[in-house]
Amino acid sequence: MAQTKVIERKPLSLSERTYLPQIVSGLKTTISHMFKSPVTLQYPEERPPIPEGYRGVPTLVKDPNGREKCVSCQLCEFVCPPRAIRITPGEIAEGSENEHVEKGPEEFEINMLRCIYCGLCQEVCPEEAIFLQDIYSMSGYTREEMVNDKEKLYELGGTLPDEHFKWDKKKAAEEAAAAGGGH
Amino acid sequence: MEITTILLKILFAILMIVVVMTLAGYSVLIERKVSSWVQGRVGPNRTTVPLIGGIPILGPFLTRLGIFQPLADGLKFLFKEEITPGHVNKLYYFLAPVIALVPALTTMVVIPFGQYTDPGSGETNALMLAPLDIGVLFILAISSLGVYGVVLAGWSSNSKYSFLGSIRSSAQMISYELSLGLSIFPLFLWLNAPGVAGGLGLTAVVDYQQNIWFLFVQPLSALLFLVALFAETNRLPFDMAESETDLVGGFHTEYGCFKFGIFFVAEYAHIVIGSALFVLLFLGGWHFLPGVADPWPAGWIGAVLSTVWFLVKTLALILFFVIIRWTLPRFRYDQVMKLGWTVLLPLAIANLIVNAIIIAIIDTQ
Repeated sequence: MAQTKVIERKPLSLSERTYLPQIVSGLKTTISHMFKSPVTLQYPEERPPIPEGYRGVPTLVKDPNGREKCVSCQLCEFVCPPRAIRITPGEIAEGSENEHVEKGPEEFEINMLRCIYCGLCQEVCPEEAIFLQDIYSMSGYTREEMVNDKEKLYELGGTLPDEHFKWDKKKAAEEAAAAGGGH
Repeated sequence: MEITTILLKILFAILMIVVVMTLAGYSVLIERKVSSWVQGRVGPNRTTVPLIGGIPILGPFLTRLGIFQPLADGLKFLFKEEITPGHVNKLYYFLAPVIALVPALTTMVVIPFGQYTDPGSGETNALMLAPLDIGVLFILAISSLGVYGVVLAGWSSNSKYSFLGSIRSSAQMISYELSLGLSIFPLFLWLNAPGVAGGLGLTAVVDYQQNIWFLFVQPLSALLFLVALFAETNRLPFDMAESETDLVGGFHTEYGCFKFGIFFVAEYAHIVIGSALFVLLFLGGWHFLPGVADPWPAGWIGAVLSTVWFLVKTLALILFFVIIRWTLPRFRYDQVMKLGWTVLLPLAIANLIVNAIIIAIIDTQ
């Protein structure tokens, strides 16, 4: 059993009972705090530093060639716990430069009213096309505004400087891999 | 009385009301700024007005200090929707804020705030609205009327929080009134001691402190008066009337918009007047420093300088009021009563008796 330590409580001395020394020491504390610099962040102008691996608003990213990475496999749609993602898969038109990729999303919607920022979509994506980045404040006046469509998602996501050349033309991909690029 | 004299008096009165109200408004700002500094925050720093805010360096500086914030606060109270709860007694409900404000503004009539030395005759007069002989009695009498505003507000609101707040604060104000009055008696005993030109006017007290302030002569009186003043103005260690944590807002829970604004201003006007009174009684009024002859020149420059010096002292005391608020926790209600009746009152009486005996001994020699 743990030892109980009995603390002896001495009766207050006269000077303690007048409260005055305590008030003076309290005043010392508050006055010294008055001259310390504030810890406030002036929020809209100053932003807090976002740590690495932060799970912000989910966004779609493009590869370094500016091509969309998503191949509309719909894994994220299936894994999404609150079912915030809606994908309408589509074929990539014949004659397009990316014809060999075959599939791409026709529409890609993430409903930010439902999203719980769990990051499962990022984890499950085989193409590393969806990322939860550093955007943390989403607001809108209507429900419709809070649904991010494909255009908005790419606008938020931008291009990640990674080295994935999987969907490059075969020769270009081999060259890039030989030069020390990714897979 | 001539018509011009009356007009001048009215003008001075309006000027004084403007100054006191502005001071009350800006003590709200002092409160907000100091509280934020104590707590490591920034405080109001966004409000600005178009023209002055646009001046290159000064404008942003004033904005950061929140100088325009009281203006915005006042306007906000003015333009809010006037809501009267259905369960209140309308007459007393509307009367209460007025009754709270009037005594606070009435007491300033007898408060001297500077001196004017006539360059011709060399005669020195105090600057005040009404040179009343019984100044201090007048202040004690009128300022205790302020409790009626609180009582009425609590009772007419028909709400348990308001009711509890007003009961607590009226009990507190009544019990501290005694110590407040008794604590300054020794001052006036000395003032009217044999061989001293006495009186009960506040100018007499200030004149007496030409060489040494009462704070150093009567430290116990000063302490008792200060504590009682905190209780009288419902400031934090004794803010029974509000006690936000347990009574929502205390006696003004049911008040909103401008009626609440009046309570707010009245509270701060009380603090301003209370600080001014403490400065007059214990800090030598507009006299420069203890032991140093007044550097105020004759004529209007001296009058302005002495007034400014008086205001500086008053502001310093307001600052002290505010810092104390963010230093001390609130007393429990029974502790307040105990402190008032079993500590302050006996001490005040003992102080009075000891001083009376000393004066008697001096007198008989």
